[in-house]
Amino acid sequence: MIPLLRRRPTAGQPRRLTLSILRCNPADPASVPHLQDYELDEADGMTLFIALNDIRAHQDGSLQFDFVCRAGICGSCAMLINGRPGLACRTLTRDLGDHITLAPLPYFELIGDLSVNTGKWMRGTSERLQTWIHSTTPVDLDALEARMEPAEAEAIYELDRCIECGCCIAGCGTAQMREGFVGAVGLNKIARFRLDPRDQRSDADFYELIGDDDGVFGCMSLLGCHDLCPKQLPLQTQIAFLRRKMAALGLR
Amino acid sequence: MTPLNPSPERHDLLAASTAETTPLAVASVASRAKPGKSRWPARLDLLQSLSGLLLALFLMAHMAFVSSILISHDAFYTVARFFEGAYFLGKPYPILVSGVVAGVLALFVGHAWLALRKFPAGFRQYRAFVAHKNRLRHGDTSMWWLQVWTGFALFFMATIHLYQMLMNPSLIGPYESADRVWTGNLWPLYLLLLFAAELHASIGLYRLALKWGWFDASDPNRSRRRLRWVKHGLSAFFITLGLVTLGAYIDLGRAHAEHAGERYVPASQSAPAASGRH
Repeated sequence: MIPLLRRRPTAGQPRRLTLSILRCNPADPASVPHLQDYELDEADGMTLFIALNDIRAHQDGSLQFDFVCRAGICGSCAMLINGRPGLACRTLTRDLGDHITLAPLPYFELIGDLSVNTGKWMRGTSERLQTWIHSTTPVDLDALEARMEPAEAEAIYELDRCIECGCCIAGCGTAQMREGFVGAVGLNKIARFRLDPRDQRSDADFYELIGDDDGVFGCMSLLGCHDLCPKQLPLQTQIAFLRRKMAALGLR
Repeated sequence: MTPLNPSPERHDLLAASTAETTPLAVASVASRAKPGKSRWPARLDLLQSLSGLLLALFLMAHMAFVSSILISHDAFYTVARFFEGAYFLGKPYPILVSGVVAGVLALFVGHAWLALRKFPAGFRQYRAFVAHKNRLRHGDTSMWWLQVWTGFALFFMATIHLYQMLMNPSLIGPYESADRVWTGNLWPLYLLLLFAAELHASIGLYRLALKWGWFDASDPNRSRRRLRWVKHGLSAFFITLGLVTLGAYIDLGRAHAEHAGERYVPASQSAPAASGRH
């Protein structure tokens, strides 16, 4: 709702929030997906994470959702908030209307209610894209690490901030249509290792991983990933950069 | 982070894990020796962008030429004869226009074929995307959907127009075009074609810039906002110009309906020359 049109509560009286939560338990064959409403009073500085814990503690102990860090670092509490992917712990209820709809992230395996198995998909993607440093140089564990220019380290760190929450995948139109698509999280990881001077892979090696329609050429630049990334990663520029590099190989 | 002086126990653990992972890493770096992935996905992606860019640029130039009717009938007549080579070959050769149209048609068919790869394939994909778009309420995602539908409409509408120009290249002129628009009942097609083509092209140019990272500022969000304004501006300008131009042809076509089929003769040409053209 447009904030200006939202009805403001009278001073001193907390808003009464209604959370409509999509409930489903795949482990129970009798479970049918349905929306269940919970009401609670809004508190100052309340996040959706706090609201969900309040509901689980005082209204319904069977409600399933994930969280670890409460600070937008672990990426566990990503869910659809009024239809858009976001982190429950970073979403203040005061920025939303009185009625809030919560659903699990689409695309990922559902564990139950708002809990999805992003970890399984992320691990599979990491293995598929080989997102670790590849080097033929023998490792000397007693030697000092090779120095890196601060600007280079900063650039790598900027991309390493990804928390694998899955918001980019849930916000990606291509991924919704084509399940094999690696998505922004996968492409961002390739961009990160491409920057790393310790990784000896060339663009031709990276082409083997993302040089097809399930990789960088599958991206249609809808940029849901860029706009919904809770860490504000520069996904548009990174994907464009990778596309230029991979397309250049097609000209050889 | 690898510790600089790991304990002996930790050292063994790390060494063991390194011994396990190193062959995998080496194998991957050396994997280029094997026959690699096809380069065609890269080429097709480039060709889709290139053909789209060329078609969008052609569309802009086309609108500029067609709208010369707003200056005067003679101006459009001059433009039409220019493309028939009349000013450098001595007399007009409409086959030259057919040649250009054939090139545009080939580009158009190629672009359509390449773009089809991105269309939802089957009901499951269609439904998944529509549900996603409606849920997300995200500008660029919705714009792509508009591009899919305008592209689909262009398959048919642009083909009719291109075929007509391919076969009747000499019938381009103030009266000839106006008669086609009004007496030939093509104005509804041109009206729909105008919106479909201009929206498709402006969204396409915007997405091309984002896709390849053109005009990137230090802040990608700021450059994207600018690109979006340019996109809106292009759409508004060309649709307005197109509507005014189409209006001019409809006006002229209505006024000329009783003499439909009569060729235009510019004021500068003498009467005997004009009669020779009929």
